[in-house]
Amino acid sequence: MGTTFNLNGKSVSFDGDPETPILWVLRDHLDVMSPKFGCGAALCGACTVHLEGNAIRSCSTPVSVAAGRNVTTLEGLAPKMGKALNEAWVEFDVPQCGYCQTGQMMSAADLLTKNKYPSSGDIKNALSGNICRCGTYARIEKAVKRAADKLA
Amino acid sequence: MKTNSIKSPARRQFIQQSAATTGAFVLGMYLPLTSDAATNSATPTIVNAWVQITPDNQITLICARSEMGQDVYTSMPALLAEELNVPLSMVKVQIAGVAPVYINALLGGQITGGSSSVREAFDKLRIAGAATRSVLVQAAANRWSVPASECKAMNGKVSHAGGKSATYGELAAEAAKLPLPEKPALKSPANFMVIGKESMRRLDTPAKVSGTAVFGIDVKIPGMAIASLAQCPVIGGTPKSVDSSDAMKVSGVIKVVQISDGVAVLAKDFYAARKGRDALKITWNEGAGASISNAGMRKQLESGLTKPGAVIQAKGDASTALANGKQLSAQYFMPYLAHSTMEPVNCSAVVADGKCRVIGPIQFQQGAQAVAAVATGLKPEDVTIETTFLGGGFGRKLELDFIRQAAEIAKASGMPVKMLWTKEDDITHDFYRPMSVHQMDASLSNDGKISALKTKMVSQSVTARAFPAFVKDGNDPFMVEGSANLTYEIPNLEVRNVIEDSGIRVGYWRSVSNTLNAFAVESFMDEAAKAAGKDPVAFRLSALSKEPRAAAVLKLAVQKSGYQAGSKRFGVAQMECYGTYSACVVELDPYAASTLVKKITFASDCGIAIHPDQARAQLTGGILYGLGAALYDEITIEQGRVQQSNFNNYPSIRMNQAPIVEVHLVASQEKPGGLGEVGVPLVAPALVNAIAAATGKRIRELPIKA
Repeated sequence: MGTTFNLNGKSVSFDGDPETPILWVLRDHLDVMSPKFGCGAALCGACTVHLEGNAIRSCSTPVSVAAGRNVTTLEGLAPKMGKALNEAWVEFDVPQCGYCQTGQMMSAADLLTKNKYPSSGDIKNALSGNICRCGTYARIEKAVKRAADKLA
Repeated sequence: MKTNSIKSPARRQFIQQSAATTGAFVLGMYLPLTSDAATNSATPTIVNAWVQITPDNQITLICARSEMGQDVYTSMPALLAEELNVPLSMVKVQIAGVAPVYINALLGGQITGGSSSVREAFDKLRIAGAATRSVLVQAAANRWSVPASECKAMNGKVSHAGGKSATYGELAAEAAKLPLPEKPALKSPANFMVIGKESMRRLDTPAKVSGTAVFGIDVKIPGMAIASLAQCPVIGGTPKSVDSSDAMKVSGVIKVVQISDGVAVLAKDFYAARKGRDALKITWNEGAGASISNAGMRKQLESGLTKPGAVIQAKGDASTALANGKQLSAQYFMPYLAHSTMEPVNCSAVVADGKCRVIGPIQFQQGAQAVAAVATGLKPEDVTIETTFLGGGFGRKLELDFIRQAAEIAKASGMPVKMLWTKEDDITHDFYRPMSVHQMDASLSNDGKISALKTKMVSQSVTARAFPAFVKDGNDPFMVEGSANLTYEIPNLEVRNVIEDSGIRVGYWRSVSNTLNAFAVESFMDEAAKAAGKDPVAFRLSALSKEPRAAAVLKLAVQKSGYQAGSKRFGVAQMECYGTYSACVVELDPYAASTLVKKITFASDCGIAIHPDQARAQLTGGILYGLGAALYDEITIEQGRVQQSNFNNYPSIRMNQAPIVEVHLVASQEKPGGLGEVGVPLVAPALVNAIAAATGKRIRELPIKA
């Protein structure tokens, strides 16, 4: 008996240990590489994906939790949201090493779904779980605001 | 279609062989033209170590430096694009393999480090571009039987006043047959079209924001297993005995192999590999490291202060001058630090058919080739090194331990393998920034200036471990960064270093010794200013009359920050670091209950800034990296075991903790200085200086436990 869930709108299944974190099912079995491994303990946010539209840390969420539910990665964001975030991140040349940015964008997508006009404080609170060792925070904040404008 | 012409492995080999025979910078390494080259657009018709131009006018820079966020994928091609007279968007980037031609002349190896990439490439890549442009123009002139002086190369085309034109790609085959000028004329900065433009964009951003950029962790090789490596909790320990029977029972585990310093569990995915690893029963030979503890090491360093050490700099008579005038002394202490990149250490390798292929996030390609050769018993020429994007480097991926381990696992298992460390592996098995102790002694003259300064730094030497040949007469040239290049005019000066080996594995950490020495020097300058009864800015400026660039950035940072003499909110620091002059002003929040940083104002004169927007980004990132370390971070060791393990006990600055950072660049025509590390060292001393101004409490040890 495998674990079946919807990934970016398509049904997929995984035959291994249902305790396997979603991150490794995505990366090592389904070739979805945008969620990154950072801390393995829900401390850094590099692995952020959406489960039923809510941001989760895929490194610490067993795939069994996703059974029969919808998992969304950066590749599967609603086109309008994906485009707004992508363009905003490009406009401000946000990434340095870039490793954390896909996770940052997934947290931003979660925020903008729930809060269309986030303040600086809202953005800082919502993204404080996503670490960037390159220190791109000020640009991330600008990009989130720009994406909000694009979605308005 | 013929396929026997210039396929990339052959080309690589040619470049390597050419480079090997000629040694240094080689431009004229063209391949002979082949019959199908003109019709096969995928085949470059002009090739040298740096530039490839295909008939379809695709220009490619072969980039010999690793991209770890510091923007080499954009700033390096910008140098080439400038002299080829093409917009940056016309240039693609391909990462180089290993070859002597790619050696970084500032570091003596194919190494990305020391904030040196652009400094070293500034002339090299512009010359490559200008020489290529020159032969393209000559090829057009020959084709049209007109003087070259009447032809102009611009935007990927050579055109003649008479109306003829041809693309660089169309001319490349003929240009490839012409001798390259050795000293082509370079454009004057006044004519720059690419370099220094605010509109320049990073070439790697689209890949990084779409999730398609390939980091080491993203490498896929057909048939690959994922490996998790159990290592001795004491660095340097080795496995004594292993019982892998339980590990083999874990679903998804394929194989267990022992290597020189660990036991690797290979599995279908990382979760299974990690679970299998946790099920291993291993006894370790812990080795000499097991007796090391923090307190002992600190004691050893402090006792090193009594040793004379190596004299790095001596001017005047510091000892005599110290005895006259108002004296002051202070001692500063810096802790061990980990690099803590976002992407944990990893590397992929395949050993098959007498060859080894290594793919990973690598800062030192020649070293990688050498260790993989030793690990597999192959010749270096049978080892290829492919460098991915690095999810942060900071000096960690300059080390070679993980490359050797991946090669050993691939060899022992006979499988293509991706070895991935956990964050805990990474923090507990790093090459740490050395602990250091600094003794500072000064005397003040009657007019309140420093008449004598003695400094003594005691720490382990990274270079003694990594590149021992560079340490001569007790002098590690990288330990003197930030102390041998003081900008202050001090008539009697003595700078000494003492190397004390405490047995912990130490490494180069973003900005290396600049961050250690700057803390001691710039904290002490503030203490001296106070002793002299002077404002810290005025006190520094009075000793910078012969260093106009240093004085200018200090004045700029002070002006932009709104600094007020006598205010209790501000702290300043300034230095020269990797050819760049910088000053930092930290402003504390006057309304916060404890000392909280409100704003950091930073000014740099980095010479010509190739990509100003990313120059500011690098400095900003360096400042936050330095601030996080100053506020939170310390690696401690008990019985050889590192006590920290992840972001919970080795924190990083988070978005809600990051103060406003404002970076100002001074317009300059000087040669480029470094940028990737320059933001790191000044924030800690500026911060403790601000805290001293605000509270009267002088902090002489990091991290700040406020």
